[in-house]
Amino acid sequence: MNRSGEAYPDSWRPPPFIKNPVRRWLLVLGIIVYLMLAIGSLEVNWMRVYEGLDRGAKFVLAFTDPNFSKRWTDISEGLLESLMMTVTSTVIGIGISIPIGLGASKNLAPLPVYLFCRGIIALSRSFQEIIIAILFVAIFGFGPLAGILTLSFATIGFLSKLLAEDIEDIDPSQAEAVKATGARWWQWLNYSIQPQVMPRLIGLSLYRLDINFRESAVVGLVGAGGIGATLNTAFDRYEFDTAAAILITIIAIVMLMEYLSGHIRAWIQ
Amino acid sequence: MPVSERQGQKVWQRRERSKQLTIWFAWLSGTALFVFCWQLISEQTQWFFVWDAPRIAADIGSRMLPPRWSYITELWEPLWDTINIATLGTMLAIVMAVPVAFLAARNTTPDTRILRPIALLIIVSSRSINSLIWSLLLVSIIGPGVVAGMIAISLRSIGFIAKLLYEAIEEIDPNQVEAVTATGARGSQVIAYGIIPQILPAFAGISVFRWDINIRESTVLGLVGAGGIGLQLQASLNVLAWPQVTLILIAIFISVLISEWVSAKVRHAII
Repeated sequence: MNRSGEAYPDSWRPPPFIKNPVRRWLLVLGIIVYLMLAIGSLEVNWMRVYEGLDRGAKFVLAFTDPNFSKRWTDISEGLLESLMMTVTSTVIGIGISIPIGLGASKNLAPLPVYLFCRGIIALSRSFQEIIIAILFVAIFGFGPLAGILTLSFATIGFLSKLLAEDIEDIDPSQAEAVKATGARWWQWLNYSIQPQVMPRLIGLSLYRLDINFRESAVVGLVGAGGIGATLNTAFDRYEFDTAAAILITIIAIVMLMEYLSGHIRAWIQ
Repeated sequence: MPVSERQGQKVWQRRERSKQLTIWFAWLSGTALFVFCWQLISEQTQWFFVWDAPRIAADIGSRMLPPRWSYITELWEPLWDTINIATLGTMLAIVMAVPVAFLAARNTTPDTRILRPIALLIIVSSRSINSLIWSLLLVSIIGPGVVAGMIAISLRSIGFIAKLLYEAIEEIDPNQVEAVTATGARGSQVIAYGIIPQILPAFAGISVFRWDINIRESTVLGLVGAGGIGLQLQASLNVLAWPQVTLILIAIFISVLISEWVSAKVRHAII
């Protein structure tokens, strides 16, 4: 008992995540109503799912016994093409991203250039690679070139945005110091901005290389080259052992790339 | 400081000679690799089509405008499906990703020799395979439809959510965990009172972020038959109904903008 005669609390509850109780219960209610509506609108053909379970088990089992040899020429050609698309599209993408990134940083570019570059970035970010791939295949014809252009375009949105954010965060005193020595614009860029953003730019480029490889497996579905077409055929023929082999190879290459890029990043910093 | 002597005069250089040579060599081999890849790609390209591209682009552009606005009445239901695929898929992914994250975090995993590598392998596999490929797989297993898309989205999201969450778990303040343990709490109580309050903001942020990405991804799953607005896109492309394609692209653009706005608002409110 304390002085005012109330008992001290003998139990404790953690404070709720959302403090306002009305808001909290409205949120819970909203989620329940939404879930009921959403699950109600799902149309599931349970017979089809039941039949599919058998195939699903077959697919999972295929991972224990992947078949690399049956379609090895298709797999190796597709993979090689995917890797080439990855390299070329990343290089082209970086080449375009750097000027756009410079233009999209507020502390470097005048307002019209800034708005123009931000517009390009927004356009590139809002559409999925596959939609752009469809358009590019329609325009440039089937083949890896459409895939390369797609991936380069997608790289711009990613790399320019993050590069511009990094340039906006640089230490301005270094830039000022170099400017005070009477450096020209190019020298100023090369000796005060570039060294500050270089480690992050390299890290981002390596990360994008990784993403571009993963995406290059997908753009093949719409005819833009790479391993995707082979994978699609394998699924269409229900050749799960070949599909498993392709998926395992993709996972292995992604893991290898992540491992290597970790080392390169550690070496640079 | 790297200084070289030229005609008896000391000249400042940015790097030591060996380092400079290494960098030049890296540039040289990188350029060679790029040129080599480009040549092989160029051999497989029909350059005639490429030179013809501006004309075709102008042609498609003129066919795409104006968008066929009346088609919007047929788009509401696919849009609702798309949102459901993303939202339910994200929820399903959260349910599966949380245990994986606790198994993968160094400070909460019960076993570092077997369980942690398995959890990490699940994360890598889920992250390396695009949701379109997951849905390709699921469409061939359980048949076309919204459910295949939902499961594909959730399988792809497990790796993303689990990876960011386990990094958040590894960064928690160990003092709080120790304090809760010192009161005599059980393992489950330590997780509930010592760890979860610390990761809850990160968790909410990650989930909303992934939901935003999933809205984007679920718009295209229909291309392989996994439901949503992508089905309409595929159907319109197949019959070359370009005005409808334009309207679908506009619808996708607006829904992506809205989801980005919602996710930014929610994350701002949490942090």
